[in-house]
Amino acid sequence: MKLLTANFLTCASKKCSSSPDAFPLNISDAKIAIQECEMNPEFIKNVMLRVEWPALVKTTQQLGNNTLPMEKPELTDESDELLFKSLHNVLLETEITEGKMTCGSCGHVYPIVEGIPNMLLSETEV
Amino acid sequence: MSRPEHIAPPEIFYNDVEARKYSKNTRIQSIQAEMTERALELLDPEGPSFILDIGCGSGISTAIAESFGHTLVGMDISPSMLSVALENDEVEGDLLLGDIGAGVPFRAGTFDGVISISAIQWLLNADKTCNVPQRRLTRFFETLYSSMKRGARAVMQYYPESDTAQRMILETAKKSGFSGGTVIDNPDSKRQKKYYLVLQAGGIRTLDTSEMSVEDDNNKNHRLKKRKKQDMSVKDYISHKKELNRRRGHSVPRDSKYTGRRRKTAF
Repeated sequence: MKLLTANFLTCASKKCSSSPDAFPLNISDAKIAIQECEMNPEFIKNVMLRVEWPALVKTTQQLGNNTLPMEKPELTDESDELLFKSLHNVLLETEITEGKMTCGSCGHVYPIVEGIPNMLLSETEV
Repeated sequence: MSRPEHIAPPEIFYNDVEARKYSKNTRIQSIQAEMTERALELLDPEGPSFILDIGCGSGISTAIAESFGHTLVGMDISPSMLSVALENDEVEGDLLLGDIGAGVPFRAGTFDGVISISAIQWLLNADKTCNVPQRRLTRFFETLYSSMKRGARAVMQYYPESDTAQRMILETAKKSGFSGGTVIDNPDSKRQKKYYLVLQAGGIRTLDTSEMSVEDDNNKNHRLKKRKKQDMSVKDYISHKKELNRRRGHSVPRDSKYTGRRRKTAF
């Protein structure tokens, strides 16, 4: 799972939908892989408007990387390619292959296996 | 043709054997590809977008949408189908295992667009007693609506089992805040008839319906009314007509025990 997706994923339970603790999901025991893919600056510009930067910083810190700045970088047409490249690297190329995501509100643990998060809930949790 | 929904719930029906077909069977692949391209045409995204693929299965539709330069997230309930997608190695986007009837687990305003190929008819199935189709539909459309950007569009191809099912899906979507309707391709052919639910989540971007064969709501109401009339007994029909005319101020013969009775044959 890419960090981009992790930045948008919330707890699937109905009870947690209004709780501020349900986002972002806390990641633990994670294994990371770098999967290279083609960069699309236009897409990054488009999606960066919606990325929750504090949540992304929190996620990367949980993965053991403290190099991200606390302030969200501003993207303009003149932004240099290096910024795009590093954002592309963080958002789209970094993948969590194994691990656990825990909801901060209800405590449900969503396992990630082979890069696929299991968001299924049991009948009583829906 | 039998419907797979009647056989087993999706996570069980799409087992390893069934999932294998989706990577081998070229007929399935070509139909799915055709429908995906049509769905993307209707979706008409502006620039490279972040798109959700509901019921992505083996990732045929996901891979096609990616070839147009979009970034995809695929969601499916069947682990076997997802493992086929992993093996195929054509899908770059993320996959996740989830039940859409329990909600789309993304925060507000995530997606620029949503596509779905042959998936949402599964929502109408009640495989367990705790599953209520209407509740699952409502939960699905409400969470979908909030997970989309304002003005984003969702195009969902599906196979409605009956008129009632189709109406139920469209009405639930509208109650959740969507605007839109059903586009029907090849309406005259029974086999090639395809239904696309085209929905828009708020926004001012107008839905261009000029090239679509959108089923008219008025027409449907008319047909419903007609059927209601046919269902009435003769006596009900006569008293209904008399009541109407009385209300309009016409002179109407009084009701008696003979009203609406069949006459005896003369000899």
